[in-house]
Amino acid sequence: MSVRDTLRNSWQGINANLLRSALTVLGVLIGVSAVIILLAVGTGSSAAVAKQINSLGTNTITVLSTGRFGRGPATNGTESQTANLTTQTVNAIENQAQAPDVESVSPVVSTSETATYQGASYSTTVTGTTPNYLAAEDYTIAAGSSITQADVTGRKRVALIGQEVASNLFSTGENPLGQTIQIGSASFEIIGVLNEKGSSGITDEDSVVIAPYTAVQDELTGYQPFSELLVQAKSTAALDNAATEVENILASEADTTVADLPFSVINEGTLLTASESTSSTFTTLLGAVAAISLLVGGIGVMNIMLVTVTERTREIGIRKAVGAPKAAILAQFLTEAVLLSLIGGGGGVIVGLIGSRFKIEGVTPVIAGYSIPLAFGIAIAVGVFFGLYPANRAASLRPIDALRYE
Amino acid sequence: MSAGDDTGRTPRPVIVLRRIVKTYQMGDVEVTALRGVSLTVEHGDFVAIMGASGSGKSTMMNILGCLDIPSRGQFYIDGIDVRTLDEAALSHIRNRKIGFVFQSFNLIPRTTARMNVELPLLYANVGARERHARADAALELVGLADRSSHFPNELSGGQQQRVALARAIVTDPALVLADEPTGNLDTTTSREVMLMFSELNRSGRTIILITHEDDIAAYAKRIVRLRDGLIVDDHRLVPVDSAPPVVAAPDEHRVLSAEGIPA
Repeated sequence: MSVRDTLRNSWQGINANLLRSALTVLGVLIGVSAVIILLAVGTGSSAAVAKQINSLGTNTITVLSTGRFGRGPATNGTESQTANLTTQTVNAIENQAQAPDVESVSPVVSTSETATYQGASYSTTVTGTTPNYLAAEDYTIAAGSSITQADVTGRKRVALIGQEVASNLFSTGENPLGQTIQIGSASFEIIGVLNEKGSSGITDEDSVVIAPYTAVQDELTGYQPFSELLVQAKSTAALDNAATEVENILASEADTTVADLPFSVINEGTLLTASESTSSTFTTLLGAVAAISLLVGGIGVMNIMLVTVTERTREIGIRKAVGAPKAAILAQFLTEAVLLSLIGGGGGVIVGLIGSRFKIEGVTPVIAGYSIPLAFGIAIAVGVFFGLYPANRAASLRPIDALRYE
Repeated sequence: MSAGDDTGRTPRPVIVLRRIVKTYQMGDVEVTALRGVSLTVEHGDFVAIMGASGSGKSTMMNILGCLDIPSRGQFYIDGIDVRTLDEAALSHIRNRKIGFVFQSFNLIPRTTARMNVELPLLYANVGARERHARADAALELVGLADRSSHFPNELSGGQQQRVALARAIVTDPALVLADEPTGNLDTTTSREVMLMFSELNRSGRTIILITHEDDIAAYAKRIVRLRDGLIVDDHRLVPVDSAPPVVAAPDEHRVLSAEGIPA
């Protein structure tokens, strides 16, 4: 029996009960499209997370005093005396001989203050730092100019403001450049406005005031150690080396070992890796859910094929009586099952492609190239796997019993 | 007449059964359906196998049709020893050597008359063009050339049985095996179908007919009676090489009887 004849026989079988065949196809279709869409959502959210992390500033290492995320280090006993982040620490890390992979170090003092301008007030984070900070954190100047090293050494009360601060304090559309705003009890002159950076998910990166750390210490925080150091590595590849160098320097400065370091050294690279593995877990999970629905679709195929075989027992008997060999019956019913899942798979790919064009829960799906052949291939494999048992059952019927079946 | 005149007129009889025994296991009980049946059917013969239900005639039909294999004894069809064959070879024998006609027509629903007739050729790997041609020829022979694209549910019982008959002869089998072919038909249609069997036999086909009706058996050249799994009677109405008996139409038959003249 030719392939064409087998296909025609199977097609007739599918046509014999169109509604039932359509519902079975729908099961597979949903499974396949779910695989494609959910994997696209997973891939899309991975891409979004990666983009967000890039916007945080790459190649950076953050050094924090252990056990606190506030203003100053915990002060208990003598150890705390040596466990501060000071200008001396900054200079040590900036020493190229000790830390060849470090591009720059920016000390950070930060505080939350209310900024006011002509009756408008806005609560924001004030970051006191050096000019290097801007490059390390990927801040760029939209208007005006950046703070300079001279501003830092001159303890000048100048500030850069983020877009969020600008829009809240200067809601009338007045040019903020050159204006003087009150931050806490001190007045700062605005010399630049930062470009919009977006939210990192934890903090609003645009709700920020950046000023020389010397001026912030003078006016707002008083003289105390830095709350953190932002270290920029020379490249992403040098990140791990730079982290190790920073740890060694900190250990020798604090007179202790790397293991007992009273600081947290947070490598952005590991943060990136961690979040990448999180989103890949997420994608796998979505894929697994979709795979289950594909499996359910496959069981649907098997169920319908079993019903079909029972219903057409007599037909099978006739075919066998007129000389159909076992293989021909097996081929007919297996082809029928595979055709059902093939149609479902094809439809599922189309629905998946269409469905992936819509934004789902704020995530723009990105179709994973592998997901289409994967879903389609699994659909066919499901057809073969779940079709084999019913087809074999049909082929094994004894013609004498099948003919007697009512 | 007796079984004695079965002796080979042609070198190879279509059917040779020797001491066929068939037992079934029904739960714990072993049922013997055939207790040693011997029968030889020559080429061109038209045999009616008769018997009440339980006589073993269905079992006989299954064995003759290679749908079942005997427990003991020898069975040759067209010279081939059936007992040595596996399942695949049995399907091949059914396909090439036997044409079936069933009581309930057994056409495949939602499939045209022509496609039904083509079915055995499909499994014989005959090409599409030749299949069509042979199916059309067979349908023409049974007088249904104009119904080839009708579906079974669009045909009358008699027409359906004629399609089945066309399907039985399309492969040019050694034997046409009919199991109560008129069981579901009225008298007029039965006669129509039986005349067709007579016609086929006249053109040289070997036919074995299983029936419990004397009227139907009257069309055959030879009548074999089964009782309790044994042949109890085997007599010949006309010689193998002559034309099959001409049976009067039922109406004539009744009129003649009414006038007191024996049929």
